[in-house]
Amino acid sequence: MSLVREDDLGTPASTAEQLVRLTIDGHEVCVPAGTSIMRAAREAGIGVPKLCATDSVKAFGSCRLCLVEVEGRNGTPASCTTPVASGMRVKTQTPLLKDLRRGVMELYISDHPLDCLTCAANGDCELQDMAGAVGLRDVRYGYAGENHLVQQKDESNPYFTFDPAKCIVCSRCVRACEETQGTFALTIDGRGFASHVSAGMAEDFLDSECVSCGACVQACPTATLSEKSVIEIGVPEHSVVTTCAYCGVGCSFKAEMRGEELVRMVPFKDGKANHGHSCVKGRFAWGYATHKERVLEPMIRARIDEPWRKVSWDEALAYAASEFKRIQAKYGRLAVGGVTSSRCTNEETFLVQKLVRAAFGNNNVDTCARVCHSPTGYGLKTTFGTSAGTQDFDSVDHSDIIVVIGANPTDGHPVFASRMKKRLREGAKLIVIDPRRIDLVRTPHVEAAYHLPLKPGTNVAVLTALAHVIVTEGLVNDAFVRERCESDAFSGWADFVALPQNSPEAVEKVTGVPAASIRGAARLYATGGNGAIYYGLGVTEHSQGTTAVMAIANLAMATGNIGRPGVGVNPLRGQNNVQGACDMGSFPHELSGYRHISEEPARAMFEALWRVPLDHEPGLRIPNMLDAAIEGRFKGIYIQGEDILQSDPNTKHVAAAFAAMECVVVHDLFLTETANYAHVFLPGSTFLEKNGTFTNAERRIQLVRKVMSPRNGYEDWEITQKLAQAMGFAMSYSHPREIMDEIARLTPTFAGVSFEKLSALGSIQWPCNNQAPVGTPVMHIDGFVRGKGRFMITEYVATEEKVGPRFPLLLTTGRILSQYNIGIQTRRTANVVWHAQDVLEIHPHDAEERGIKDGDLVKLASREGETSLRAIVTDRVAPGVVYTTFHHPGTQTNVVTTEFSDWATNCPEYKVTAVQVSPSNGPSDWQQDYAAMAARSRRVAEPVAGE
Amino acid sequence: MRAEKLTMMANQIAAFFKAQGEAAAPAAIADHLKKFWDPGMRADIIAHLDKGGDGLDPLTRAGVERLRAR
Repeated sequence: MSLVREDDLGTPASTAEQLVRLTIDGHEVCVPAGTSIMRAAREAGIGVPKLCATDSVKAFGSCRLCLVEVEGRNGTPASCTTPVASGMRVKTQTPLLKDLRRGVMELYISDHPLDCLTCAANGDCELQDMAGAVGLRDVRYGYAGENHLVQQKDESNPYFTFDPAKCIVCSRCVRACEETQGTFALTIDGRGFASHVSAGMAEDFLDSECVSCGACVQACPTATLSEKSVIEIGVPEHSVVTTCAYCGVGCSFKAEMRGEELVRMVPFKDGKANHGHSCVKGRFAWGYATHKERVLEPMIRARIDEPWRKVSWDEALAYAASEFKRIQAKYGRLAVGGVTSSRCTNEETFLVQKLVRAAFGNNNVDTCARVCHSPTGYGLKTTFGTSAGTQDFDSVDHSDIIVVIGANPTDGHPVFASRMKKRLREGAKLIVIDPRRIDLVRTPHVEAAYHLPLKPGTNVAVLTALAHVIVTEGLVNDAFVRERCESDAFSGWADFVALPQNSPEAVEKVTGVPAASIRGAARLYATGGNGAIYYGLGVTEHSQGTTAVMAIANLAMATGNIGRPGVGVNPLRGQNNVQGACDMGSFPHELSGYRHISEEPARAMFEALWRVPLDHEPGLRIPNMLDAAIEGRFKGIYIQGEDILQSDPNTKHVAAAFAAMECVVVHDLFLTETANYAHVFLPGSTFLEKNGTFTNAERRIQLVRKVMSPRNGYEDWEITQKLAQAMGFAMSYSHPREIMDEIARLTPTFAGVSFEKLSALGSIQWPCNNQAPVGTPVMHIDGFVRGKGRFMITEYVATEEKVGPRFPLLLTTGRILSQYNIGIQTRRTANVVWHAQDVLEIHPHDAEERGIKDGDLVKLASREGETSLRAIVTDRVAPGVVYTTFHHPGTQTNVVTTEFSDWATNCPEYKVTAVQVSPSNGPSDWQQDYAAMAARSRRVAEPVAGE
Repeated sequence: MRAEKLTMMANQIAAFFKAQGEAAAPAAIADHLKKFWDPGMRADIIAHLDKGGDGLDPLTRAGVERLRAR
């Protein structure tokens, strides 16, 4: 094993089609016009010394190390900033160049600590490499002159240090922050010898706008910006390419290791989802894998008021299986079920649904996608024919108009947000539809053309009003609609949206969005060129979530924004494997590949391979399971990698449901909130400890590779397999690749997928089959999956959740950059320095009316419950709207959310809860009672002496 | 399952399919219930209809009647 080292070609690739021939050091080279001499040389295997150049940012030409000689030209131009020209003859090594480079290096080294042997970057330092490359043997200037060697380190960031004494002011960090990340937190302050890298307004990194994405650390050629883990552990000795386990972007990383110890996660340049970029979570927040609270031994108990008892794997699995069998014998076959997780691999998810369908003998299996993107599945399948986004992430490079609806990419999908911001800086126009003024609305060098700050719950009214403008102002792409869509459905839809009640003026009172803004946004989207829509849970988590997804699909079809790069409908999936969990047949009504369980031919394939008859009726969805438990009809559940108690709405209702069950099996990394109600705890493995695949938001299937042994003893798929075996159902996979082979045999869209092909290609976007052997980056190019696109009528229906005198404000929930979902992973990392608790955003007017000041403890109450948390007074939210996150169990935000849900899918309406906010003296009764209950429930019995 | 909750859910479904017209909507509602509700939930809503169907909107009622007839 060795370190994976991507070649740094010095400057970005040129996209020109025209080719240019030139000669470098006697070798004939042919490259696209616009390529730098440096890159052309590197592609030909000729390395030109460099320090300020790296191929992730534009050439800068400051270090003067990459000078070359060009025949017929005066001077020694920098090869990074000089483009190739036809017939050019370049020399990269001459006596003159050697002298110049050595002189440059002497100047650098005269102001650089000579502590290489004890430096954390020893062996991984470009300055050190270049000193060798230019043959530096001494420094004529000595080391006694003025220098920067006594400057203090900035160690404020929990993950990396900034040591200005080692800085060569190459600006790579500054440019990475600008070009790659798009935050512009860094600058070169001062002039001449006083020039130095400065975070924010001469602040510490932690206090600046820095978002800790790590791009600067990645770009730094010296030890100036170094991961603290490298300083503590040492430089890694081998690396393994794997896939991040956080959001739906699915970044590729090199897990850089020393033995089985993870030293750092470095974004992989060849990763097709992230192209070498990362965010604070994927790059740095992996310490939870070795956190002291991780549970590594199985535990059981007969009742949840008893302490846990550590047992062997065999005993725990036998107990779980016997309980499920007992429950089915007593209450019937349908009294048990299972839940798969979007945090787990495709193979694990596939096995859980197989366990439920084949070993439990029913279809009571669901996934946490139920509570996030299930409306996407229903809406896009109805309109386009398949339950997935239409584009790859690279598509955004071709977009002219970007519409972001109910999503906050800079926090939720930060690496893709950086791509989006780059395109916006290049001139694409932005429309944001969101109750909050998310960062994208106005961020450095990006400003939305339109921000439609709609009242929560009125997405469908706004989207239909946009359609009204497009239809009534003659902006429909008639040719596209005529050729690609069902004509009758279009006519009915066009007549509907054209009704006066759907005009921007008519809906303004309901939505709170000025009619002129809706008209302007509609015109821009319809006429501005390639229009791409990106949306998130602000669309789906509503009582009309599915209707809103259909309304989005209608807009794309009406304007012809489907079927080519730069356009499309793109759900931004919250968790890493939401798409995959849905693909794998996790929903109670669908087998893998979105085929209804009642479809005889599809079900017969599974029955033949699994050698067991399958129930042809749909099973219970998660909310239905909870309701059935309270009614006494659902008694046992196996939950892999999902904390339903914290993540699902109306916590009291969820808690009552679990309390009513007789066997709750939680398979997870930590004692989650759900585990407080569990009878069996099966310790899970982290993404670092297992093999498998994740499928990201662009349908990209990528390998997850095991980089260390599972600390709990087994990979998660092995644990599910053992549970199935304990239930008496034969499973005998020896590696997840065999599970993927089975998925491919049973799932037409995965027919061409295998671990071998994934390894060879790096990743595959499904569909991958005979028609598309290497996958499908953009869908619906020549026609929709369902044949003709289907317009759906999207009448606005107000939610049942109403504000009133007791609850006059609307709460909407979301997440923040540094935390992930229910925080089970990120709360166990240093990311808590940015977000140690959930806070409530409240508008100054609403705060003043209630006597609330910034930082006050406030009570947040709804018809369902109440909790206390700190307030932030901000005009990011509109008057009448408050916002918080759900990352911390101490807050238990979902104690206030309701059971209202999407009409089609039961996806909860997290985004609309009528609440009241008032000053508080302390935690709510629920918080106190729950904290006491959790403490009791987490007790682990001490082993009896002699055992 | 609680009749009140199922009634609300069924009414939501009917509100969406209402746009398909009074002739087509009941079948669409019944199809949706058949495809996405488990047999127990379907039995419960039919039982609620049989007891008078309190709270069911007229179109919902037509959809559940269509479901019962299958």
